Amino acid sequence: MTDERILISHGSGGKKSQELTERTFLKYFTDPALLLMNDQAVINIDTKKIAISTDTYTIDPIFFPGGNIGSLSVHGTVNDISMSGATPIAMSAGFILEEGLMLSELERIAESMAVAAAEASVRIVTADTKVVARGSADRIFINTTGIGILSEKTNICGQGAKVGDRIILSGTIGDHGIAIASSREGIEFSTPVISDSASLNYLVQTLLEAVPEGVHVMRDPTRGGLATVLNEIASQSSVGILIREAKIPLKKAVIGACELFGYDPLYLANEGKMVALVREPDAEKALEAIKSHPLGRDAMIIGEVVDDHPSKVVLRTLMGGRRLVDRLTGDMLPRIC
Amino acid sequence: MKYLSEFRDPEAAKALHQQIKKAAAKLPGPVKIMEICGSHTVSIFRAGIKSLLPSNVTLVSGPGCPVCVTATEDMDRMIALSGMAVEKNITIATFGDMVRVPGSFTSLEKERAAGADVRITATPLDALRWAGENPDREVVFLGVGFETTSPTIAATVERAQRDNISNFTVYPAFKLLPPALAALLDSEDVALDAFICPGHVSVMLGADTYRPVAAKYGKPCVIAGFEPLDIMLGISVALGLLANKQHEVYNTYKRAVTDEGNRAAMDLLMKIFKPVDTPWRGLGYIPDSGLDFREEYSEFNAITRYGLTEVETGSDPPGCACGEVLRGVIDPPQCHLFGNECSPQSPMGSCMVSSEGSCAAWYRYSE
Ligand code: SF4
Repeated sequence: MTDERILISHGSGGKKSQELTERTFLKYFTDPALLLMNDQAVINIDTKKIAISTDTYTIDPIFFPGGNIGSLSVHGTVNDISMSGATPIAMSAGFILEEGLMLSELERIAESMAVAAAEASVRIVTADTKVVARGSADRIFINTTGIGILSEKTNICGQGAKVGDRIILSGTIGDHGIAIASSREGIEFSTPVISDSASLNYLVQTLLEAVPEGVHVMRDPTRGGLATVLNEIASQSSVGILIREAKIPLKKAVIGACELFGYDPLYLANEGKMVALVREPDAEKALEAIKSHPLGRDAMIIGEVVDDHPSKVVLRTLMGGRRLVDRLTGDMLPRIC
Repeated sequence: MKYLSEFRDPEAAKALHQQIKKAAAKLPGPVKIMEICGSHTVSIFRAGIKSLLPSNVTLVSGPGCPVCVTATEDMDRMIALSGMAVEKNITIATFGDMVRVPGSFTSLEKERAAGADVRITATPLDALRWAGENPDREVVFLGVGFETTSPTIAATVERAQRDNISNFTVYPAFKLLPPALAALLDSEDVALDAFICPGHVSVMLGADTYRPVAAKYGKPCVIAGFEPLDIMLGISVALGLLANKQHEVYNTYKRAVTDEGNRAAMDLLMKIFKPVDTPWRGLGYIPDSGLDFREEYSEFNAITRYGLTEVETGSDPPGCACGEVLRGVIDPPQCHLFGNECSPQSPMGSCMVSSEGSCAAWYRYSE
């Protein structure tokens, strides 16, 4: 055991990441808020309920169709906070810069962070910079902390799913994953795929205003994709989840790219989508609310929480068959035969 | 290129499902159909096709995933090469799944974490480009794959020779499909009634390749594309042939596969390489089922350049039933290690590593 090392697959967001967290960090970090294992923690400070989150952004390429590492770091932070139902207020930004990074690139990144923060009405209130020698980092890494405020009665978390809840997905999946993969591989599609990177706080606000008590869980399916977040929810809430392939919105270009690369879109990253589990009587109203927002135009009810197969996610396929949707293990790799 | 929707149409799926049920009802008894190709295996599981089959029809996966069939001794030599990487300035270029396959002692992934320069690429041309750009390094491409991928690698070797790039070599661990099929049908414990033949490999080989197998062993061979509907069509055709006691080659993938295949690619392949007896994981040596460099191109052979035949190799992990799995004798859950000692997080055998391996597919997709 002692000579084991960190492998790339430990960072994929799937089972291996979970195993790493459980074996290493949870031995020492035991705060009850952390042990809930949500994308953000909710803590009380005096009489205020505060949501706090942290995330670190490493991405290759740092500029991609639809954004860059800077805008992504703001969107990601805003979304982590928003998924608890909190209103994001402020964030920090820590930069690790590799010797040799172009100043003009850094400036573009900083500028797009400011724009993204202004769009989401979030303040960037503190920042830090470290420079490391060439080879010690890949151009630029950004770490953020986000902070937001929740209303007293909001209680949205991964443990909240109930049998009968409808699962709403706010739009097409896989856009970000394919935008990154195709710009990394230098492959162009006739209709270019653009990352969906966006702040979801106003979409969440619209939803919560429409059905203030109806939302049990919200999650943004980033790294590890829809399959991974649904698995997390199923196991956090000890419920079964059944989804229908025919209902999952996909762009044509993403389907084509998945066929080409051999990817399963369920595992592709998204940076501007959310999954909401809403109690059944409110589901239609919630769907309408999400669809009324530009970022939720293509929203669909893709499935429901069932009392069968606890902690597992099952897909009814387009072909009419059924299969398990497992968590991603290791990196997703292109097909070779 | 034309994609999708028509290959994903639920109505068409329903119609094919009916056809499958009808054909199956006419069968005298239970039948076992092997899908040879790893991409088919993944498609079948992802689309939940097994859950649609009548009870007298069983699908088993075959030896068509290039990573899965790579012999442990080849794996050990490739890993040993990565062990020399730092000292000898070697960069190893490989298809991704190879990185996680356990050898007898360690894996490329672990060697990489320990400092070896192991890079993932989807095409051998990348590896050649790295060699061209870094004349001070030696780039070795791990050559695995069937007739789908090997011609591209042959083309890369030809280009390396033309451009005089001498710091580029290939570890030849290629496999040829037709000898493996014959070997499968010759082995006593394998009872198969029909084959679903791979789409991509057949683009290269051509439909005619399967005629001798179909004739000699009396087994229908149906070539299918790898969209779910393609596969359902393939299964329904295979069942129809079985019900009518016909054993011919039927090409349902005419939009890509011709009778004669891609002769130019196959000629190029045979210009650079020659068939040799080669070991398959779990299946042992199969005559003329692998490829080695021809004399004129032997300078590109990583095995000889780095003296890899001298490397100490081990054997398959005890208890791993990859051999039986690859021959379709057992389903993965019948392996004692399945799901316990062996899972995609900590795989014992290659069939659990490769995304196209049938152990991994069973683990991921079976309820
Ligand atoms: S489950 Fe693991 S050990 Fe068993 S045959 Fe498959 S790969 Fe080998």
